Amino acid sequence: MADGGRSAGLPIVATGLAYASGGTAILEDIDLTLERGVRTFVLGANGSGKSTLLRLLHGLLAPTRGTLQWGDRGARPLGQAMVFQRPVLLRRSASANIAYALDLAGVRGAHADRRVHAALQAAGLLQVGDRPARVLSGGEQQRLALARAWALEPEVLFLDEPTASLDPAATRAVEQMIAHIHAHGTTIVMSTHNLAQAKRLADDVIFLHAGRIAERTPALHFFSSPTSVAAREFLEGERL
Amino acid sequence: MNRRRALAVAVFSLLSLALPAPAQDKFIVVASTTSTEQSGLFAHLLPAFEKDTGIKVRVVAVGTGQALDIGRRGDADVVFVHDRPAEDKFMAEGQGVRRYPVMYNDFVLVGPKADPAKVAGGKDILEALSKVEAAKAPFVSRGDKSGTHAAELRYWQSAGVDLEKAKGPWYRDTGSGMGPALNTAAAMSAYILADRGTWLSFRNRGDLAVLVEGDKRLFNQYGVMLVNPQKHPTVKTDLGQVFIDWLVSPRGQAVIADYKIGGEQLFFPNAGSDA
Amino acid sequence: MPTVSTLSQSLAVAADLIAGFDPKLVEIVGLSLAVSLTATLLAACIGLPLGAAVAVARFPGRGAVIATLNALMGLPPVVVGLLVYLLLSRAGPLGALGLLFTPKAMVIAQTILIAPILAALARQIVEDAWAEYREQLKSLGVNTRRAALTLLWDTRFSLATVLLAGFGRAIAEVGAVMMVGGNIDGVTRVMTTTIALETSKGDLPLALGLGVVLISLVLLLNFTAQATRSWAKARFG
Repeated sequence: MADGGRSAGLPIVATGLAYASGGTAILEDIDLTLERGVRTFVLGANGSGKSTLLRLLHGLLAPTRGTLQWGDRGARPLGQAMVFQRPVLLRRSASANIAYALDLAGVRGAHADRRVHAALQAAGLLQVGDRPARVLSGGEQQRLALARAWALEPEVLFLDEPTASLDPAATRAVEQMIAHIHAHGTTIVMSTHNLAQAKRLADDVIFLHAGRIAERTPALHFFSSPTSVAAREFLEGERL
Repeated sequence: MNRRRALAVAVFSLLSLALPAPAQDKFIVVASTTSTEQSGLFAHLLPAFEKDTGIKVRVVAVGTGQALDIGRRGDADVVFVHDRPAEDKFMAEGQGVRRYPVMYNDFVLVGPKADPAKVAGGKDILEALSKVEAAKAPFVSRGDKSGTHAAELRYWQSAGVDLEKAKGPWYRDTGSGMGPALNTAAAMSAYILADRGTWLSFRNRGDLAVLVEGDKRLFNQYGVMLVNPQKHPTVKTDLGQVFIDWLVSPRGQAVIADYKIGGEQLFFPNAGSDA
Repeated sequence: MPTVSTLSQSLAVAADLIAGFDPKLVEIVGLSLAVSLTATLLAACIGLPLGAAVAVARFPGRGAVIATLNALMGLPPVVVGLLVYLLLSRAGPLGALGLLFTPKAMVIAQTILIAPILAALARQIVEDAWAEYREQLKSLGVNTRRAALTLLWDTRFSLATVLLAGFGRAIAEVGAVMMVGGNIDGVTRVMTTTIALETSKGDLPLALGLGVVLISLVLLLNFTAQATRSWAKARFG
């Protein structure tokens, strides 16, 4: 979050949340609480509503029913960031992309320069800081998107399948950055198809099935002995 | 970046807008006709005037109707056309200060050398037009409220031809200036009434030639008027009057007579007459 | 239809005019460029932000605004010329400015003519980009105004083509500049009005020759713009 003091945007509490689009119900009966510092992973089959849930929690979509509270506020606070499956970068240099995000958050001048430098360094992108962001490789671009998010020092970082389009080496680099960001105090909420990744990184798992929360348990428990039938079938299927 | 760019664009635009305005030249706007301009008279006349007086003349050349309309709107200082009835009307409306006759040129009846209506060599325009109508030979009209068009309509009427009844596929109303109408006539091998000036400068003749000329009725009188400053206070009265005085002076009249195409004089000065 | 000899004559005339740097031609070409370039820049200042704003903002009647902008792309130049003529005439509301029959009037008319084109095309380009960028930019916290500006800069290469389209329309039109400029020799005569004049005088080779010069000029400009664009794209991404 920007320098202007930390607003308590946590915990995030969803009550009776639902979302429908074009007459189709995508999410129903979502009740959950996201606590500070926890790495929460959202799992589920395609079409189960993972992406929609993340967007609702981040405030990009408005729910059709139910309420969302971010800390003590009903409106989405600053101090959140999101990384998407495909990185969206502006047609300017890598460092300029980060500077742009900081400028939006009110951070400019020498202070911004320092944060840009630190973010590029953390992402291992210092050498390519001046190159046009769009000519970087897929993995570099995603690391840049993460660096941009990191520079904002967000309270909460949402990630929607961030490594789905990346090769294993790039995936590892991205995971390292996420771990780094988490270590600095950012709460992580992430969706993925990669069960091994979830096993590596998750503290908590939210398992979605047909738009509802079928199971919400600590990760260890979820992977060793899931309680719901849907979860068990899902894990079977993914293992094959 | 965006702000700097916008600023640069704004500055550039303001500069460009400022540039084309030539500082404080003395100039007047004269509304005249396309046929006069296309005859090349102004290219010959205006440099002499500018040399004598230091005043630049900006000629807007359109059809007679539009030229007088420009005068009525006060967008010109002087009007210089060749349609006596329309000029008299302009004066009657109080739009002009005084009408001075300046010069005349003449119309000629141009047509295909094959001459289906058999008018070649005639000296009577009314007779010739009757023959064209009787033969239903293709005839191109300007149809654009110009002096030439008005004259053409008067000849038909004097020849006893009721155009409304007689009109048919043979009569092509083009609604265009002298040059384009001549282009059309050349393409269709049609008869057409043209002013001699435009005809002499016209290069795209096809199989057309002058078939009838010399009838006094074909003479085309030019008049010049200062737009009335009482109706239009922005009119440059002094400079405009200098132009008019110059046109009717012995010097101006000599320059007019001096203009030749292929050795032939086009315009015959007659200021001071009651034409 | 022009005959083969007229075409070859006109090419010869064009070559002569260009090689000889005929001063009249230089004057006419210079004025054409000045008027149309200025009009394009002014129209860009109006049309690009307008298009971007409509692309990004959501408001009642937005569909009607878009349809209107698209329709205005087809404004007939002669109608624009007539309207501006009536506005600027001494007998009209803005007559006191004394702009009729001057190059400034021509710039005004062409700006009005092409601003809708720039706005409509920019709107489409920015809207397409907005679809791609919207979620990420909203996540970062942009407001509508900032989003429009950011997208305008990010789509600059596509917008360059839009500017070229607008310029092409401006420098090619004759109806508007003829009406408000009056085709005054040495003052408001541009390439297109000269071509019209020479055609009506029956001097078709000269008219076509000038046409060749005009087309060559526009081609040259477009090639240069394209080369610059490619270089900038490679250099700055």
